[in-house]
Amino acid sequence: MQNALSVVVDSLPYLLQGSFLTAGIVVFAMFLGLFIGIFMSVGLVYGNRYIRNILTVYVWIFRGVPVVVLLFLFYFGLFSFLGLNFSAFATVSIVLGMTTGAYQANIFKGAILSLPQGQFKAASALGMSDIQAIKSIVLPQILRLSIPAWSNEYSIILKDSALAFVIGAPEIMARTQFVASRTYQHLSLYITAGIIYFLLTWAGVIGLRKLEQYVRIPGYSQHGNQ
Amino acid sequence: MMTDKKPILRVKNITKSFGDVTILNSVSIELAKGDIKILIGPSGGGKSTFLQCINCLVMPDSGEIELDNERIQFTRKQDIYRLRQEVGMIFQDFNLFDHLTALGNITVPLRKVKKMSKKEAEQRARLELEQVGLSDKESLYPAQLSGGQKQRVAIARALAMDPKILLLDEPTSALDPTLIGEVINVIKGLAVKGMTMIMATHQISLIHNLADEILFMEDGRIVEQGPPDALLAAGNKSKSQGFCDLLNELSEVEG
Amino acid sequence: MELSPFYQDLFTSLNRGLLMSIALIVPSAVGGVLIGITAGAVRTYGNRFFRTMANCYAAIFRGTPLVIQLFVLYFGLPNLGIYLTPYLAAVLGFTLCSAAYQSEYVRGALLSIKSGQYLGAQALGFTTFQTIVWIILPQAFRRAIHGCGNEIIYLIKYSSLAFIVTCIELTGAGKTVATEYFRFTEVFSIIGLYYLALVSLAIIILKKIEHRLFIPGFGHH
Ligand SMILES: Nc1ncnc2c1ncn2[C@@H]1O[C@H](COP(=O)(O)OP(=O)(O)OP(=O)(O)O)[C@@H](O)[C@H]1O
Ligand SMILES: [Mg+2]
Repeated sequence: MQNALSVVVDSLPYLLQGSFLTAGIVVFAMFLGLFIGIFMSVGLVYGNRYIRNILTVYVWIFRGVPVVVLLFLFYFGLFSFLGLNFSAFATVSIVLGMTTGAYQANIFKGAILSLPQGQFKAASALGMSDIQAIKSIVLPQILRLSIPAWSNEYSIILKDSALAFVIGAPEIMARTQFVASRTYQHLSLYITAGIIYFLLTWAGVIGLRKLEQYVRIPGYSQHGNQ
Repeated sequence: MMTDKKPILRVKNITKSFGDVTILNSVSIELAKGDIKILIGPSGGGKSTFLQCINCLVMPDSGEIELDNERIQFTRKQDIYRLRQEVGMIFQDFNLFDHLTALGNITVPLRKVKKMSKKEAEQRARLELEQVGLSDKESLYPAQLSGGQKQRVAIARALAMDPKILLLDEPTSALDPTLIGEVINVIKGLAVKGMTMIMATHQISLIHNLADEILFMEDGRIVEQGPPDALLAAGNKSKSQGFCDLLNELSEVEG
Repeated sequence: MELSPFYQDLFTSLNRGLLMSIALIVPSAVGGVLIGITAGAVRTYGNRFFRTMANCYAAIFRGTPLVIQLFVLYFGLPNLGIYLTPYLAAVLGFTLCSAAYQSEYVRGALLSIKSGQYLGAQALGFTTFQTIVWIILPQAFRRAIHGCGNEIIYLIKYSSLAFIVTCIELTGAGKTVATEYFRFTEVFSIIGLYYLALVSLAIIILKKIEHRLFIPGFGHH
């Protein structure tokens, strides 16, 4: 017991350093996903049949194949096959970004479809161009509606980032495994790692809930709007 | 109409508080067979709470309820289930079971509470649906019915249980003005057949045409009570008179 | 047509792995749903003590990565003298984690049932038990089924983590072959197709069930 505790205390700074990498993966993946998601959602709703089909296949693949399989495929397979020399960190960020992109595409697609038709028409009637209407009328509404789903994606990506250790990116999980394999204090170390993830997850979720309340417009919510 | 004067329902000195707010303060009512009593009064006066106390959906803090001269023990579940089977209730917002068709809404209590066979229950349910003019809607779900149709199904469901008394809590106030008529007609039909009823309503035509007695509730008490001719007589300065005048004005503004 | 030794090896391993994956998924999905319903009901209707306990359980399992849960079960518990087989550790981890997520959908479904539904049933003389069985459960089931189905899809994907605790299922089996022949792109693409097939099959079945149980007013969006 004594030993377990001192191992945890000694290795805590080392484990916590991993959270920078974890945070980096999550932030990069979330924004890549946001970018992919927004473009794909527009394509899924307004694109022609070919574009829609291609995007649908993309969504199907990234929602159906497990993250570990994608990590192995990209890191040991595709990237080297294509002559790309991506680090483990870059690979994890890209794979998670592409995965959450597929989910976010569906989130934004749902939000676009739930917008009352009148919004776009009213903007056009006021003389706005399509781009202006999307930028200043449609997007602000969609992004607000999407925060709860986004918070869900955040928590999924954060937890999935723990899989980075299978290809050796030195984030929290990999560091924990490294210390555990040397000290044999598996239980206490993994529980410690669990606590770190737990705090990161709920801190982000609660933060996004705060953001949702902050940007909230009275009477405007996913429910009130359906 | 014949009314034999022996009361079938006696409700005595019902008191109910939520926290330290007294919502009902010693309210009593007696009904003989065929009686129609109408509760009116300002919002928050306690009408809904009183009606729900009568079939113990809200447990009274004190008071007595006697059905057919049998005292209901509030602590005995069996007594309460029996009371609820014999006292039907119609809600303002219908409370149809959303996962069951119109027919299913009527058969499920017949089968589960009255233990009827499926066939018997369906026969009975169809009969009741016909009575409220909804024979062609039996396989529709609540989400597919209009408000007026929902309320008529709710009435059919209550009647299928053969209640001795029907409690109606503002049965028309959640409805579009255009749909109120169909529900009023069904309720008037019940009155003609001699159904015993206590109804909270602000529908002038129901008050005028149906009430044997009007009870005016305010702040958890019945502050006035009497036959409509007396209470609503022209020039009478009763509270009920004033209240009905107000309702009249409102309905004129709307109409 | 004769397959090359590589492909013969690959498909033999993958098919064996597939069986193990299914042996992991089915009990975990069933256990996850059952425990999830229980936990969801406790989180909604339980007294304060049990509600808090169930909420903590759900928050912990939803707030930490599944890999960590598996590592605690398989590598951590031996520190306390408890040794689980890889298969048991995986199924236990999957079940507990899945149930925590399921409880969230169950709770949402139960909360979404309007109080009028209880009142309506009580007014007709239903007992509490009858109300739950005939009114509440059929409605909650329909409200929860879409979310619970999605959770089972996640479970199928996350069953790929079992190989990390040395329970050799689809991914683990493929990884061995890939390392042996050093042909990662092909092997992991084919594994991906296996999962796509599993997931798509599950989606079709779940859609069928949802369709079967569809009632106007209870649709998903
Ligand atoms: N469960 C409850 N907890 C606390 N207060 C309640 C509860 N139910 C009703 N009340 C209060 O009791 C009072 C009487 O309510 P009730 O619904 O019986 O009035 P009402 O006469 O039916 O009014 P309305 O015409 O608006 O339907 C109200 O002030 C209400 O806020
Ligand atoms: Mg009321």
